[in-house]
This record gives sequence, structure tokens and C-alpha cells, in this order.
Amino acid sequence: MFKRLPDIAGATVAITIDGTPFSARQGDSVAAALLLAGRAACGMTAVTGRKRAPYCLMGVCFECLVTIDGEAARQACLVPVRDGMRIETQGAATSITEPAA
Amino acid sequence: MSDPNEHHSGAPSASSAGEGARIQGEYDVVIVGAGPAGLAAAAATASAKLSTLVLDENAGPGGQIYRAITTTPVQSRDVLGLDYWQGEDLVAQARASGATFVQGATVWSLDRDRQMAVSINGASRGLFARRAILATGALERPFPIPGWTLPGVMTAGAAQTVLKSSGLIPDGRVVLAGTGPLLWLIAAQILRAGGAIDAMLDTTPRGNFRRALVHLPGFVASPYFAKGRALQREVRSKVKIIDGVTALRAIGDDRLREVAVTRGGAEERMAADILLLHQGVAPNVNLAMAAGVAHRWDARQLCFVPVLDADGNSSVPGIAVAGDGAGIGGALAAAERGRLAGLAAVRALAADRAPGAAETDAARRALRRAERGRAFLDILFAPAASFRRPTGDTIVCRCEEVTAAQIAETMSLGVEGPNQLKAFRRCGMGPCQGRMCGLTVSELIAQARGVSPDAVGYYRVRPPVKPIPLKELADMPQTPAAVNAVVRG
Amino acid sequence: MTRTADAIVIGGGLHGCSTALHLALRGLTPVVIEKDYAGRHASGVNAGGVRQLARNLAEVPLAVASMELWDRIEDLVGDDCGFDSHGQVLVAESEEELARLAARVDDLRLRGFTHEELIDRAELKRLLPAVADYCPGGVVSRRDGAADPFRTTQAFRRQAIARGATVVEGVRVIGLVRRGATWQVATDHGAYEAPVVVNAAGAWAARIAAMVGEAVPLEVIAPMLMITARLPRFIDPVVILRGRKLSFKQLANGTVVIGGGHLAKPYPDENATVLDWGKLATSARTVWELFPVMRETTIVRAWAGIEARMPDEIPVIGRSAVADGLFHQFGFSAHGFQLGPGVGSLMADLIVTGATNLPIEPFRVDRFAGRA
Repeated sequence: MFKRLPDIAGATVAITIDGTPFSARQGDSVAAALLLAGRAACGMTAVTGRKRAPYCLMGVCFECLVTIDGEAARQACLVPVRDGMRIETQGAATSITEPAA
Repeated sequence: MSDPNEHHSGAPSASSAGEGARIQGEYDVVIVGAGPAGLAAAAATASAKLSTLVLDENAGPGGQIYRAITTTPVQSRDVLGLDYWQGEDLVAQARASGATFVQGATVWSLDRDRQMAVSINGASRGLFARRAILATGALERPFPIPGWTLPGVMTAGAAQTVLKSSGLIPDGRVVLAGTGPLLWLIAAQILRAGGAIDAMLDTTPRGNFRRALVHLPGFVASPYFAKGRALQREVRSKVKIIDGVTALRAIGDDRLREVAVTRGGAEERMAADILLLHQGVAPNVNLAMAAGVAHRWDARQLCFVPVLDADGNSSVPGIAVAGDGAGIGGALAAAERGRLAGLAAVRALAADRAPGAAETDAARRALRRAERGRAFLDILFAPAASFRRPTGDTIVCRCEEVTAAQIAETMSLGVEGPNQLKAFRRCGMGPCQGRMCGLTVSELIAQARGVSPDAVGYYRVRPPVKPIPLKELADMPQTPAAVNAVVRG
Repeated sequence: MTRTADAIVIGGGLHGCSTALHLALRGLTPVVIEKDYAGRHASGVNAGGVRQLARNLAEVPLAVASMELWDRIEDLVGDDCGFDSHGQVLVAESEEELARLAARVDDLRLRGFTHEELIDRAELKRLLPAVADYCPGGVVSRRDGAADPFRTTQAFRRQAIARGATVVEGVRVIGLVRRGATWQVATDHGAYEAPVVVNAAGAWAARIAAMVGEAVPLEVIAPMLMITARLPRFIDPVVILRGRKLSFKQLANGTVVIGGGHLAKPYPDENATVLDWGKLATSARTVWELFPVMRETTIVRAWAGIEARMPDEIPVIGRSAVADGLFHQFGFSAHGFQLGPGVGSLMADLIVTGATNLPIEPFRVDRFAGRA
């Protein structure tokens, strides 16, 4: 859906998306990285489980909720990428450990 | 008994105490938002030696219009344009003024006593402001068309955001749709950067120009006239424009595949990988409303705006609203409003240090100049009712997947307003807290009841204005007040 | 033009609408006068607990009677009100607390009430698999549960209207005067008259009582609630704590409502409240300790309702002590929701027949005389 312009300077930032390594750039938001990596459909609806992707990229729509370094329900468009960051998609804010019973 | 410290393991809050810890518990002035209004307000209050804290959600200052202005990798000035780069001065002045800036800070609560709660790096804390200036800007007006929730459909502003902050342009078959100056601007920026646009679908209603004519003189005298014409010419020369569009559909299975366009009663389909929608912007009202600031319906801008005096003071003493959040006016007007709110704060808290009336008068004059032409733009680009009040299976509330038909059905139960509708349908109760559906719902209810949206009102917005992790709330530093009553519910 | 009714109910909360419905079922044509809209305040925004559990002894007979109506709520109001009955559990956090609870359950049984049942650690874990391991047991009331408060209030309103009541909204009572055998009720939208007036005005009930010179020590409070994002289903019963403030339930849509009675600051003249995040943080910590599975969730919204509390934390129900034909039904001190159906029926009995089978002596409006 998006591609990087040529001649864009900036340090590479190594992250993983659902376990797969990806090279982002300093200053990218996690959402921008997801769009570049072709992983736009990072979320799903709470009611029917339909796929959703970032819509506004400015922290308003809440369709870009991902798990970042183990913390669920982070807005990907508001979090800048960092070296070693682990991003997990496929879920609205429902990361919960099931009770043992 | 479990270890009460157990919940700290793995929590980032301990290590990120740095950013949040360096701010104090109270300030003369707390400004929410570092867009043009927030920057101008900060420069005004900090240079008068009022302790000033600016809290902004993004990675750097600039808001939306000047997004990434200190870090953008798009260094060729032609691409983003001169209007964008004007923001550099504002940032420089604000930084030189002595204000404290904290980025990555989300203010999630503000009350009438000006107690705030802010989340920084995963840790929340309380804060008190003698004066609060809300400069949270605008958001894209909802554009509810069938299929607008498909991956591949985004706002035009979203494309502009990733261009500015990361140097990305849309790829594949790119379609833009909607109305408004920002749509033409992003089209021009994409083209200048070397991108391609397959089609631009103009939904500007045909009767708008005639209705806007009475305001034409003001528009011609304004800076927007020449710029707007040049932009349109630039884009028209390179992009297929379909105007008079009366209906749109985004079609696809789990992602966008095609866009269906209706004009002159006939529908045409085109393949598309990305559809960028835009039909204007509206004030981002959530924080102001949660703080109890009174709002009213603006019939020309078709949105709710705060009720303010000439200095931006709201119905809540000590809380002012500046910038596009006060009413859509663009970057130059936003800066003047910010300046006026800042000057008013100085007069209120340190009258002896306040600049003379001349400075305030100059800002008022500059504001009037910056607002020239606004009426024309508002009317010319007023989105069609059919795009503001959808029908049938079109989703209205994206978070809870509530359709226009479901809302219409609930209206027949005698629902009078959005807050009762919320109780039946959950629309407005998802994480976006009505930002994507509030205007649509208020207008749908107004239409069904045959009254103005002013009579219908808006969702009752409550804090937190953004969801807060339970852990972060649990870790908030405790207030000293003891909990008195024992009341069982 | 003065509008006449058989009875005027001031306040369109659950209690006002319930009384109106029950009066209509007995053949009267009541008018409910509500200053905002039905369910706007405490009735529509509470935690929805349908609870006989852990009530003040005086309330128990009323709660048991009301429960009979909850069990057939759909017949009564044509809506199931979202009522789910998976029981309510009072969790003990220590052995001492459990012992105190055991004594209470025994006492209740001696008095003929069997709805509360003491449970041990094993049964507690069976009912609440997600509860923290340190809890030694508790008390369960198996028929209890939760319903949707706004939906319930609206259902009573709709059914009352269907049975012949009138509900006027956006109308505020500004005066109350007895002339002979009739009450003259002045409002900001004209006058009404009826032989009977019911004061079900919630947090504003003291102002209504003051109109006839009847002082009541009512305190306006604003209990707070929070709700989370959706979670996979992990708990069925409603949970309450006694030692610390907590009420906790997971709704059918997966969101969790956290309450317990921490108070915000009310501004009743503006229909507004200011939340106390320090206290909500305490609630969050309590949830953290009691239910480790909740640690990943987010709080999506917090709010407070505007409610009336009496000094002894039980309501005012019954005749006015100073005026004929005036009845009080307020002051439910943040636990009136479950009582709504039953007390409305009781009130209708009292008004129509002059008496009720249920013991309402403890709820007399003049019981406060002599208090400082």
C-alpha cells in the first residue's frame, strides 16, 4: 500500500513483526512499519472478528492496536520504532492469560 | 496473601520514570498539544516567565499540519511546500521561550478543577494547572461509505502523516475521494514526491459554489485563493478527476479491491489498492468535553465547537481552547488563537508582566486576516448530507460495528439522543470513544427527530479520553486524601 | 391548565417508574414527572447488581420479595432487562473475615432467610476460578445476578406507559402545596394535581421533602464505576468484597464493570460529577490483587452517578410524617437497583390499600429525629 521514497536518509531500526524480522527506519511509527511490511491488517473487530487496518494514523481511530514488547493494546501510530522491538498483530485488546481452571 | 509488589514485574513504568519524573506536580500553564496553537501559546506564556508545560502525544512538535517538522526525512522543500516549512519558526520560538516540552504524553483526564492525568511512557501521574490551554486540534470528519472499514481504505491525512514522518507515498492503484482543500494539498504533495494517483473522485456537491458566492470577495482577498487555484491546476494537469460524485462504495473481501463511483446516476467501478478519503476536518472535542467545556453546533462548519470568548476562555474557568479545536481555521488562525489564549493566561496570572494591549490587538487583527476566506471554503467544501448521514448496512460506529440501519431501528424506540442510543447499541462505547462516529450519530438522530443537531447534543464524553491500562492506573501515585465512606453497590 | 392524575410520582428513575407501573396495574392513572429523562441518573448508570447478598437486615425481606419479581421480569415489563442470574459471591480475604461471614449466615438462617450460603475455598475456586489463591472462602447467593440498569429503567417506563401511566420528561417540580385533599404540584411546564404524591426524586428528594417542610438528612453522593475493554469470558458470578470496596462483574459482551462505592464529587445542580482518580487507582489495585487475569486489560471509561445516601445507609420508604397523601421512596444509598421492582409494588399496595405486608418500619422518614 505504501513505499518509501528514494534517497530517504536515516538509521535502520531492526524490529520483528509476528516473529518475522523487518528493517524500519528511525522515525517510523510502528504503524508505518506495518504498512511498509505489508502487514496492514494488524487488527480485528471485537464483535465479529473482521480484519481491520490503520485508518487515521493520528491516534484517533484505534484500528492499529497491536502488542508491543508484550504490552497489549498499544496504538501503533503513536509509538516510534526502536531496535529490538517485538510487535504482535492479530487481535483487539484482548491479551489475557486464561485461568488455570 | 499475594505480594503487593508482584505487579511491578515486567512493567516498563519503573525504568521510564525519567520522562514523567522530571515534570513537576503543578504549573502556571499546561498546554495540551504542540501544534501551531500550542506552540504559539507556549511562547506567549513562557516568555512572560509563567511556568509552562506542553504535553504532546506525538514523537515531536508540530501537531498534524507541521507533523515531523523537526525530523522529517523529506528535505526537498518543494514536496511539502512553503506553508509547511513556516512551522519551523513557531517551533523555534516556543523552544526558545523556556517552556518545558514533553512528547509522547497523552492527557487522559482533565476536570473542572484543572486536575489532570497524563500518561508518559506507560506511566500515569496527576498534575495541576492554574490555567489549561487545550490545543488538541482537529480530526478527519467521519466519511462513512459502504466498505470504509476495509484494509486499504484510509484518510487522506493518514497518507500525509506517513509522507511527512517517514517519506512514504501510496503504492499501487491509488484513488483519492472526497472534498476540501486538504485533499488537493495531499494530492499535490504525493505528485511532487514522485507518486502517482490513478483517480481523484470529487464529491463536492454541485450547488455549493452558488451558495458560497456571497462570501467570494473575502475569499479572493485571502491567501487561500491564489494558493488554492494553483494547487488545483497542478493536480488537474496530472490526475484524472471525476467530479459531481454522489455515491461511493469500497469493495473487497478482507481488503479493498475496487471502488464504485456514482455520478449522474450511473455507477462505474475501478480497481484500487488504496483509497484515501477526506471530507474536511472537525474539532477533536473529547478532552474539552470530558472537562465539562460547553459546546454548540456550528451550522456552517457542521460540527460541534466549544463555546468561547474572544480569548478562547471556555465555560470552565481557567480552561481555554485554542486552534482548530476551537473551530476550524487552519494553521495561521490556530497560531493567533494560541497566542491570544497565552496572552490571556498571562493577564490572568501575572498582570504586571503582561505585554500591553497592542500585542493582543495585533493578534486579533492577524486572526481576522487569517480567517478571511474561511466562510467561502466552509460552504464550498461542505460535504453532502448523503456522505454525512449514511443509510442501510453502512457502518456508523466502527469500533462496535453498528450500522445506519440498526441505528434507525433503535430510533423507533423513541431514543432522543446519542446517550440513550449508546445504551441500546453500544455505539460510542468502543476505544475511539465516539471520535469516528459522534458527528454521524448526532446528525442521524437530528434528522430522525426533525431537529437541529444542537438540540440533540453529542455523546457524554467521560475520562479517560483514551483507554488506560489497568496496571498503569493501579501504579498511579496515590493522592493523600483518605477514602472515607463505605458504600456498597 | 392544571392536569389531574390519580397519583403524581416525582422522579423517573427505576423506583419512580416501578411505582408508576404498579399503580397502573392496580387501575390508577399516575403521572411521572422527571426533570431529565428516565434513567438519567443513579438508576441508569449503576453497576446493575441484582443482589440479595450482604444487605442490611432491614432490607432483606424487601430484597427477597423483589427477587420474586426479577425472576419473572420479562412477564412484568416485556423485556428481560439483560438479567443474568449466575449468583453473587462475597469473597473473604482472610480467615477472620470468613468467620464473621459464617456468623452472619447463621444469624440469617435463624431469622428464616436461606439465600446466603457459606462456601469454603474449594467451592469458591469452583465458582470463581480466576480469583486469587489467598482467599479462604466466602458467601454465595445463588439466585442473584446482574441486569442492564438503563435498559431496565426504560423497560419499566415503557410498560408503565403501556398500562396507562404518563411519563413527562424534561419537566422539573418547583412547588408542592396541599389544598384540601389534593396536592398542587407546580412545575416549570405547568401545574398538576393529584390526591397522592410519591417522592422518588433520588438525590433531589430532600428538596422535594423540604417543599412541605419535612427535613431529611439526605447526602448527595456520586459513586464511581469503571469499565474495561472486552475480555474473553472468565467469570460468571458477580463478585463483591466486604473489607475493601469492590464490586466486579463481567457483562455478556465481555467487558468488566468495576465498582465498589468509591466516591466522586457531585454537582447535582449541573448533573455533573468530578471523578477522583486516586480512589479509582485504589480500585484498580484491588482488582489487580484479587484477579490476576485482569492485569492485561485497559480501562475504557469511568463515570459516576448522582445518588442519595441516608446516614444509616438504608432508604426512606413510607408515608410522610408531616403531610397526608405524600409518600417517600428514596435514599437507597447506592444499592437500590435490585429493590426497584419490589418496592414499587410495595408502594402501590401502601397507596391503594393503605397497608403493606412487608416490614417498612425501619425505613420511616422520621427515624432521624434527634440525630445531630
